Parts: sequence; structure tokens; C-alpha cells
Amino acid sequence: MTTAQEQNYYIPEPSKWPVVAVLGLFTLVFGIVMWVNDMGAGPYIMAAGGVILAYLLFGWFGDVIDENQTGKYNEKVEHSFRQGMFWFITSEAFFFITFFGCLFYLRTIAVPWLGGEGHLGKSNMLWDGFQATWPLLQLPDDSAYVPAKEAMGPGGIPAINTLLLLSSGVTLTWAHWGLKKSNQKQLVWGLFATIALGLSFFVLQVYEYGHAYTEMDLTLKSGVYGSIFYMLTGFHGFHVTIGVVMLTVITVRSIKGQFTPRKHFAFEAVAWYWHFVDVVWLALFFLVYWL
Amino acid sequence: MSTAEMAHEADHHGPPKGWKRWVFSTNHKDIGTMYLIFALVMLFLGGAMAMVIRAELYMPGLQIVDPDTYNNLVTNHALIMVFGLVMPAAAGMANWMIPMMIGAPDMALPRLNNLSFWLLPAAGTMLVLSMLIGFIPGTGQQVNTGWTLYPPLSIQAGMGMDMLIFTIHLLGISSILASINIVTTILNMRAPGMTLMKMPLFVWAWLFTGLLLIVIMPVLAGGVTMLLFDRHFGTAFFDAAGGGDPVLFQHLFWFFGHPEVYVLLLPSIGVLGLIIPTFSRKPLFGYKPLVWFMGILFALGLVVWAHHQYTVGMSLGAVTYFMIGTILISIPVGLMIFNFIFTMWRGSLTFETPMLFAIAIILMFSFAGVTGVMLAVVPADLQYHDTYFVVAHFHYALVPGAVFGLYAGVFYWLPKWTGHMYDEKLGKIFFWWTTIAFNITFFPQHFSGLAGMPRRIVDYSIQFTEFNVVSSLGAFAFGLSHLLFLYIIIKTIRGGKEATNKPWEGAQVGTPGLEWDLSSPPPFHSFTTPPAIK
Repeated sequence: MTTAQEQNYYIPEPSKWPVVAVLGLFTLVFGIVMWVNDMGAGPYIMAAGGVILAYLLFGWFGDVIDENQTGKYNEKVEHSFRQGMFWFITSEAFFFITFFGCLFYLRTIAVPWLGGEGHLGKSNMLWDGFQATWPLLQLPDDSAYVPAKEAMGPGGIPAINTLLLLSSGVTLTWAHWGLKKSNQKQLVWGLFATIALGLSFFVLQVYEYGHAYTEMDLTLKSGVYGSIFYMLTGFHGFHVTIGVVMLTVITVRSIKGQFTPRKHFAFEAVAWYWHFVDVVWLALFFLVYWL
Repeated sequence: MSTAEMAHEADHHGPPKGWKRWVFSTNHKDIGTMYLIFALVMLFLGGAMAMVIRAELYMPGLQIVDPDTYNNLVTNHALIMVFGLVMPAAAGMANWMIPMMIGAPDMALPRLNNLSFWLLPAAGTMLVLSMLIGFIPGTGQQVNTGWTLYPPLSIQAGMGMDMLIFTIHLLGISSILASINIVTTILNMRAPGMTLMKMPLFVWAWLFTGLLLIVIMPVLAGGVTMLLFDRHFGTAFFDAAGGGDPVLFQHLFWFFGHPEVYVLLLPSIGVLGLIIPTFSRKPLFGYKPLVWFMGILFALGLVVWAHHQYTVGMSLGAVTYFMIGTILISIPVGLMIFNFIFTMWRGSLTFETPMLFAIAIILMFSFAGVTGVMLAVVPADLQYHDTYFVVAHFHYALVPGAVFGLYAGVFYWLPKWTGHMYDEKLGKIFFWWTTIAFNITFFPQHFSGLAGMPRRIVDYSIQFTEFNVVSSLGAFAFGLSHLLFLYIIIKTIRGGKEATNKPWEGAQVGTPGLEWDLSSPPPFHSFTTPPAIK
């Protein structure tokens, strides 16, 4: 039995999950199209898509966990999962690099040119007298956008959030050490601490958004500064949320004792993802808040 | 496990019956077949649009479609040919061939593989809807931007643009997942002894293609997401009044768009790297250098994107950098071409259909390379930009470079896939018909372009009439030739001379894959235990 399994790479039986995923994604994006075009049914269709996707994630990952628990995966399957996760995080990294690239472009090229810099001579003829500054609190044309009153500094909440996320990385590694030593208590408490830190980050971020919207007039509509600020922090926050959900799943699995000191790829995948989200935040903290 | 149990297990893994076999598939051959059929359907859909475009341009003035519909057709013709034909066909070949070539039991992540495929029909549906919805009153302007989706036009377009944005998201997810799967398969699933430097060139080509897609697809996704936010949530990324810049979108688009050209070309170069040695009965002149050139192409391809935007007003330093980088690309590409020519030198050549296509590709793609160097030179490009010269250039690059490479692959592998030989005589007729018609279609466009005919415009000035008449007549013949292509494929599937395991005499020279060790057609599961490599 074991020899056959060690040799044979596990090829799953035909599965309905891929087409369920397609159905869910299609419903979701169709709902979004209707929603952004102010059609009444949009939000409901979006919600339906979300429900299908939630069902999908439970079902598909459930199947994978079952197969894993019944010992169908050999070393090579594990390697495939590892490499797959690595390339997935690589593509995620390029998604964020896109927005950091935009920040760089807007800040060092687009806005200075509007202020009259550049080799092509006087390029501020559209809005004469516009002063290029960053953060951009004075817009070329205030009629279409409402500029922010002040910029978001690095002190206060962003600094606290940096500390929270960095310590969550530490607690996660501590949990991993626990797992390797078969110390169940250390594993579970480490994961709980990580989730708590992630949730605190999330709550503070929501509070900060509220503060920015109501008191600083820093909104999506306050010109490129607001646009890129919310794009970067928003997508990062979204990834933190996904990360917390993933952490919750592996916490439940840890409590059930499904990980062994040698075999625990799911834990490692979530840890990689969480550290990735951490690193993105550090870049955000320096490039968006601080500099 | 006893032998009887194992035999039972093997039976159990046979193909399920009926629609479930395809919809729930986890088999790389079935998924590959579905990719190829999808690509074939899209070839006829995108081709039909091209026929309408050429019919409209047969004469100056407005005949068949109004200007917005014309631009809609131009947009969707490009998107369908790039995302619906070339990428799925190449992915289908990767699915079919890579596991067999490297001696793997299947793709590394079989369920994910099926998800990558089934996202395509969903995205295709969304794409067709985005095209049709513009005809319903009250949904705003049609999608009329061209496949580049430049703002501000794409911000002004109607609901169709939102559908197109999400079409691109679905396609992006599909490509990223497929690429993760292919890269993982190549790096993790090779049979013992199948070292990287023993892999067939096609596998190398797809390794670089997959890596490119993993890098560039998220950037396009980010770009169109920003477009969606500018359209509906009041952000100012591409609006100078709020401090943004429409040129930013061009940078994002072409950071994806230029490497995308190599995504389309590399699989075909991989196919050439198998066909030319086979029919020359001689190993590749330089296998290692070819791998290196593809690697250089991968790296250079990522850092030269802005040569599509010379006229937009970048700084002199930036323009110079992008010009030099672009011209540098001609070195690895030229060396690849010479490598293929030297492979043929003093070989014992025979000219079956795949080889005819391969030789035609070398000639016509080199021609596109020459016009490409012309376009790379900034002062010259300021004249050629947005003329039919560009249209002629990229059709010479992409039709022979990508599409004909895939046709060559289809003829090369049809015996392996179906177990039947295709009709060689009909194959040759198709080759000559389609190649001649292609040249009649696109060669005159170099001249009309140099004379100043702008692209993406429904009407033209009367002095361009003759060139356009020739071009349109060629296009109709080109379109018609594909009915023969379809006929040949169906005929081969239905029957024909039995193909042996190794239908081509020279198929195992140089660095062959393991696909020729299997029967034609191969069993449902190719290698349950890893084969030994000599």
C-alpha cells in the first residue's frame, strides 16, 4: 500500500469544484457590473456569487484536507503545492508592485509635470499657477475633485499598526516553533495571538479610514493622493482580511491536531502569505505614510 | 495493494461517460482538447469580425457598419485573437504535450487546470456580452477604444466597458492559474533523468511563457481595476485635473502588452524548435544557445514596453532608453532565426506541411523583424505611428510568428492526438492557400501605411483605394482557407491512415520528449509510474 502511494502521484477524481468556481466568479463579476451601473438587482447577484464562492471554498479545500488526512499525497504532491503557492504569491507581489509603481510615477513624473517641470518646455499651460507638491493637497482643478485638508502622517495609528503587524509576524513564527516541537499549547496560543493582532490592525485601519473621511476630507475623490492612498491601503487591508480568514482555518485545524511536526504545508502556506502581507505593509508605511 | 486491486483502481480512473467527462475533467489531455476546440471556435468568431472589417474597408466611405460598431469590431477582433485564439491554443498544446514530453502522470494541479480552462468560456461569454450590450439603448457608448483601452475614451464608454474590464479579470485569473500550473509541472514533475537541459525546446518555451504571465497579468489586472475606479468611484488616476495622467494607463497597459507579444510568440518558437530538427533529421544547431536566447528575450521583453508610446511625450532620456532596448531585442531573435537556418543546413530535408509552415514562418517573421527595427527607431516611428504600417508589422509578427506556429503544431501533433494521419495533400493545399492569401492581405498595408493611411478608422481617403481592394480580396481568401483547415481537422479526427507511435521519421533527433514512446493516440493516463530516461 505505502509503496504504491509513494510512487504514484495522486491524480484527483473528476471534480465539480472548478466549474462551481467559474459559476461563482461569473455571477460575482456580473453582479458588480450591474451594481456599478446602478441596476437594482446588482447587489443581490453579487451576494449570490459570494455565497457560491464561499460554498466552493469550503467544498474544495474540504476535499483537499480530506485527501491529505487520508494519506493520498506523497512528497511530490507537497512539492507541487509549495511551488504553486510560491508562484501565486509572486503574482500577488506584482499586483502590489503595480500600485507602488503608480505611486512612483504620479509623485515623481505626473504631478511635477503638471506643475511646469519637464523637458518639453512649459507644460503647465492648462492650469497656470498650479504648484506641484506631494502629498497633493492642492489640485490642478478643484471643481471636479475635493482636495484633502491634510495628509496622512506616519505617527499615531499607522505607527501602531506597523508594530501590530510586525509582532503578529513574531507570534506566528513562535506558533510555528511550537508546531515543530509538538507543543500544542504554544501553537494554538501563538495562532490566537496572531489573529488578535491582525484583527486589531483591521479595526484600527477602519477607524483611520473613518477619521480620514470625516475630518481630513481625504477620500477616494480627493485627487490622485487620495486615490492611490486608498488603492494601496485598501487592497492591503483586503489581503489582511483574507489572511485572518486563512489563519482562522489553520487554527481550527491545529486544535483538531491535523498538523504533524513534519507535515504541515497548510500552516506554512498561510505563514508565507501572512509574512508577504507584512512586507507589503512595511513598504506601504515607508512609501505612503512616511516619505 | 494487491494486483487485482490495482487493476480495479486503474479501471476506476478511466474516463467517465458523457458530459461529466469534460465538465468535471481532471485529465490533461481532455482539458487540452477543450482548450484547442475553444481556440478553434474563437478563430472563426474573431475571423468573422475581421471579414466584416475588411468588407467595410473594401471601398472608401461608409458601407456596412457605423463608425462606433467598426471600432467595437476592431477592439473585439484583437481581444478574441489574442486571448481567445493564440493563448488558449498554446495552452491547449502545453496541456497535451508537456506532461507527455517530460514523463509526468498529468499536470501538477489537475483540478486547478480545469478551472483555468472553464474560466475561458465564462470570459468569452462576458466579452461577447460587452460587445452586444452597446446596441441596447441606454447603456452608453459601445466599446470603441481598441484593445489597448486607453483613457479618457475608455472612461467615457458605456456599460460594455465594465463588462470588458471584468472579462479581463476572468482571463487574467485563468492565465495566472494556468501558468502557475505549467511552471510547477515543468519544475516538479519531470521523470527521473529528464534534466532541465534535456527538455524539448517547447517545454523551455512554455516555462518562460508561464513565468512572463505570472509577472505581467497582475499588472494588467491592476490597471483595469484603476480604470474601473476612475469610471465609477471618483478616483483621478488617469485624469490630469485631479493630478493623474492618462499616460500612466499606457505604461501599465504596455508593461503587460509588450511581454504579451512574447507570450504569444514563445510557444510557437518552441514548436519550431521541434519541427525543424524533425524534418531536417538533424539535432538543433544550438540547443543551449536557443534556451539562453529565450531567457534573454524574457528579460529584455519586460523592460522595453514604452516603445509603443513614443509619440506621447516622454522625456528624451526615456525615449532613448526604450529605443536602444528595443533594438537590442533583434539580436537574440536574429540569432534564433540563424539557429533554425543552420539546423536545416545540410540536413536531409523533407517538406511535409508542418515543415512548410516552419520555413514560411522563418521568412515572414524575419520580415516582421525588419519592419520592427524600423518602428523601434524613434524619429522614424514618429512618422509610422498609428498608420497601417504598424498594422502590417504586427500582423506579420503575430500571424506567422504565433498563429502559423500553432497551425504547424496542429499538423505536427494531429497524428499523435487522434491516431490518424492528416491528408498530406490537403494540408499542403491549405498551407499554400493560406500563406499566399495572408501575404496578399497584409503586404499592401505596408505601402498604404507609409503613404499615411491611419489605422482604426472606418473610412479612408480615396488615394488608398487600390491597396485596400487588394487587401480585402486577400483577406476574403485568407478567411475562406480556414474552412479547409477545419475540414482537414474533422477528417483526421474521423479517420485516415493509422498513425504509428512515431509518425515522423526524424522525431527523435536531438532533445526529444517522451511523447513518441506512447501509442497514438496515447492512453487516457500516460505515465502512471515514471518512465526511465536513456
